[in-house]
Amino acid sequence: MGLLDQKFENGNVIITTTDNLLNWARLSSMWGMQFGLACCAIEMMATGASHYDLDRFGIFFRGTPRQSDVMIVAGTVTLKMATRIKTLYDQMAEPRYVVSMGSCSNCGGPYWEHGYHVLKGVDRIIPVDVYVPGCPPRPEALMEGLMKLQEKIRNESLAKKKSA
Amino acid sequence: MIPQEIADSIKAKFPDAILDVKLDGAIDPFAKIAADRIKDVARFMRDDEKLAFDSLMCLSGVDYTGGKLGVVYNLASMKWGHKFTLKVDVTVENPHVQSVESVWKTADWHEREAFDVIGIVFDGHPDLRRILLPDDWEGHPLRKDYKVPEYYLGMKVPY
Repeated sequence: MGLLDQKFENGNVIITTTDNLLNWARLSSMWGMQFGLACCAIEMMATGASHYDLDRFGIFFRGTPRQSDVMIVAGTVTLKMATRIKTLYDQMAEPRYVVSMGSCSNCGGPYWEHGYHVLKGVDRIIPVDVYVPGCPPRPEALMEGLMKLQEKIRNESLAKKKSA
Repeated sequence: MIPQEIADSIKAKFPDAILDVKLDGAIDPFAKIAADRIKDVARFMRDDEKLAFDSLMCLSGVDYTGGKLGVVYNLASMKWGHKFTLKVDVTVENPHVQSVESVWKTADWHEREAFDVIGIVFDGHPDLRRILLPDDWEGHPLRKDYKVPEYYLGMKVPY
């Protein structure tokens, strides 16, 4: 609630800018798309479960791209899956964001040289906002990545084009 | 039964189908079977009372390099607790092997995988198509002479 702190007076009136209001709403409810591709998904599930608890960031996983704001690409993107990921990304409503989780989806990871079937980085098919390194990244690392994305959303403006 | 007895009983039934037998010095004692007789041999080994190989533990495709391909069948009998291995050799020019899908249902997906990545054609398989790679993939990637494509559906493949 940091954005709204000190902005309440006694009259139940909030004074803020449209940018601030929209950004606050967006960064406080980054609904993720519920899909995992490999072992990174195990860490992502752990991050969403009670011990690390993504719910406190307002991040709930949704079962459909139509209701999702953030796509966490958690795992190895095979060429067969890459075409599906592109379709899912196209189905998401804007504004939409992509977090690339782990070495595989960042750059191909251990498959970079001999993986005939692996896309060497998901950024070859969809724009990525935040890269989270690790193999797989710990839940803390994923949460840091999501907080970086919140930072990015906080600095957006209706007036200037979104930096993708 | 010990491997020698197993090999002997197959040999007694199919003297012309057995091309080679190696029992000593091999981790898994095996017999080499002609590619166009493997189904009969497999059915006999499953149905024979003394052999009773009711389980196909694994079916693998192999590229031995130099244009030689092969299929390896790891069999086990739940009833008697014994194991045996069959091997079939084929060539790149003629990679046809009889399907054993009608003998062990396990072979269904295993044969599709061997077809997918090695390119061995199993005659008599009811649904022989790719199982792992996309349907429009070209080539068989676990062949030793396989070259990674530059692009797949517009996506660059090499790093």
